Amino acid sequence: MDMKRQKLIRLTLSYAVILAMTIVIVYPLLWVVGSSFNPGQSLSGSKMIPDNATLAHYKKLFDTSQSDYLIWYWNSLKISTLTMIFSVILVSLTAYSFSRYRFIGRQNGLMTFLILQMIPNFAALIAIFILALLTGLVDTHLGLILVYVGGAIPMNTWLMKGYLDTIPKELDESAKIDGAGHLRIFFQIVLPLAKPIIAVVALFTFIAPFGDFILASVLLRSKEKYTLAVGLYDLVAKQFGSEFTTFAAGSVLIAVPIAILFLSFQKYFVSGLTAGGTKG
Amino acid sequence: METPMYQSNHRKIALGLSLIPGFGQLYNRQYVKGISFFILAASFLIVFKDLLNMGWWGIFTLGEVVGRDHSIFLLVEGILAVIISVFGLGFYAFNLRDAYKNGQKRDLGLKISSLREQYRALVDNGFPYLMISPGFILLVFVVIFPIIFVVLLAFTNYDLYHSPPAKLVDWVGFQNFIDLVKLDLWRKTFINVLAWTIVWTFGATTLQIALGIFLAIIVNQKDLKGKAIIRTIFILPWAVPAFVTILVFSGMFNESFGVINKTILASLGIGPIEWMTDPFWTKVALILIQTWLGFPFVFAMTTGVLQAIPNELYEAATVDGASSWQKFTKITLPLVLYATAPILITQYTFNFNNFNIIYLFNGGGPAVSGQNAGATDILISWIYRLTMTSAQYSKAAAITLLLSLVVVSVALWQFRRTKSFKEEDMM
Repeated sequence: MDMKRQKLIRLTLSYAVILAMTIVIVYPLLWVVGSSFNPGQSLSGSKMIPDNATLAHYKKLFDTSQSDYLIWYWNSLKISTLTMIFSVILVSLTAYSFSRYRFIGRQNGLMTFLILQMIPNFAALIAIFILALLTGLVDTHLGLILVYVGGAIPMNTWLMKGYLDTIPKELDESAKIDGAGHLRIFFQIVLPLAKPIIAVVALFTFIAPFGDFILASVLLRSKEKYTLAVGLYDLVAKQFGSEFTTFAAGSVLIAVPIAILFLSFQKYFVSGLTAGGTKG
Repeated sequence: METPMYQSNHRKIALGLSLIPGFGQLYNRQYVKGISFFILAASFLIVFKDLLNMGWWGIFTLGEVVGRDHSIFLLVEGILAVIISVFGLGFYAFNLRDAYKNGQKRDLGLKISSLREQYRALVDNGFPYLMISPGFILLVFVVIFPIIFVVLLAFTNYDLYHSPPAKLVDWVGFQNFIDLVKLDLWRKTFINVLAWTIVWTFGATTLQIALGIFLAIIVNQKDLKGKAIIRTIFILPWAVPAFVTILVFSGMFNESFGVINKTILASLGIGPIEWMTDPFWTKVALILIQTWLGFPFVFAMTTGVLQAIPNELYEAATVDGASSWQKFTKITLPLVLYATAPILITQYTFNFNNFNIIYLFNGGGPAVSGQNAGATDILISWIYRLTMTSAQYSKAAAITLLLSLVVVSVALWQFRRTKSFKEEDMM
């Protein structure tokens, strides 16, 4: 009897904790969703369950004559996708050489990457800005993408190298004996086996530019070049609260697709991180 | 013993001739190689001659004539010149070594590899370099270059009053670091910001780790129903982009209109709290929000580890009469902490530099009199403020340098402890 009671208490307490956490997690999220349907513009009038729900704010966002939101969305998608593609290519090449070849400078290279991954690349903000000014890359998406890709290389290379190290070397050695060239081994043997970690790197390098605020706000000047993070901040910061409901609608439109993408890849994510992270 | 083995002096002659790149190779009758070395070297000199000349002069003087010389551009050119010189010298050394080696081969009467063999060797040995070079070159220009620039900037007097093109910038040695310690305004700000950065890093990170592990263990109980849905809900804060949530929270915490003061606290009978204007409450709000944002990551990691712990361990412990608390402290916690330690430490370094939350929530504010940083500014957001609003570039660079030193030493300490450093082959 006593065991049963103990179990009952334990489970009840657990569910109570879970319920409390669920409220804390879900409340802000539902609140934004609710705000985005509120008829008014201001923060003060917004309620979680609005009296006369309206889609006006969504319509406004989709109307290019009234807001730049769609342009920002497109900019963010473009920058994130290109950053992802270039990062995956460069990271795969670098990680593969570090994992499979023993060449002069390898140890120093790995060490450099290790240190670099710890310094956030926006620490050198001033330098990046001046360099961009000098090369005419200020206020261009190309400049931003280059900085993102460069910044993604050290950390993701370590991550992927850690994973590649777990793929048995005998596989490529036997392929070599069978006469396969360097590129063939890389593309046809190692890359297919590295799919999970490629998915992780791809997702990381896609989401990072999406969430970056500091670099984008320093490098992008004109409104029609903004990414979502900068644009939304602009929307909300100018006169706080005055356009809050529009901001809320904009947030929902970002958060929903990203969250779905994220949740569907979540399994890969954790396994890739623990495999690459703890080994690397 | 060595000398009699050589029948001729080709190696020395080749080395000497190679002082002009390519000539040694030509002497060794590797015509294609020789010509391409020579063309490479010549075009290197032609293309970079001006930049090298200007850069080396610029990095030492930082300009001499106001109006004509732009110190910062000269500094940039100087760093470029140094980087290009390093590449150039690397190539030059390779050229000398190559000529000497092949000359030596001839001295020993060995056959020098044919063009085809050279090509194969180049592909085989050069392949890793070839693969690394695109990433590495990009890294040099967008990551390493800016770091060198900031390091150098920390030793100049570049600020609003020494701003090109109207003024020249000068080297000032350690003056910026001395100012940070000696001048009252800077010392006070620096100490306050540093103290809060440390409290913030440890407070927020430890809370999120503790909550994450705690929840993972609760959800992982065998007889708990609905695990899948609970886990999905608990991952949500990680799935939503952080900048969105932070901006939403800053709306919720708004003092006069925000839902927290107006609805939640009011219904509990608590008066409005000054979340945005009182330094203490702003800090509390920031730590709470970061806990909300950060725990799902730890939760997911810990869940992964927990599921991998073999059940026999617990069964054996039960047989030995261990209580649930003992099982937790002796089995679960050590295993979880051991497996996730490297990742948990990166959480600390992440929060140490967590610019987004500080800046997007309240812009580092509220303002504090007598210092040039806001009450919740951490080092990285202070650097941003100094750079973007008050043009204190050299001070910002000096602080960046200090910050990087901290982060790098933590990183090195951490990785020295992990496996990969001990296994020779991994590194």
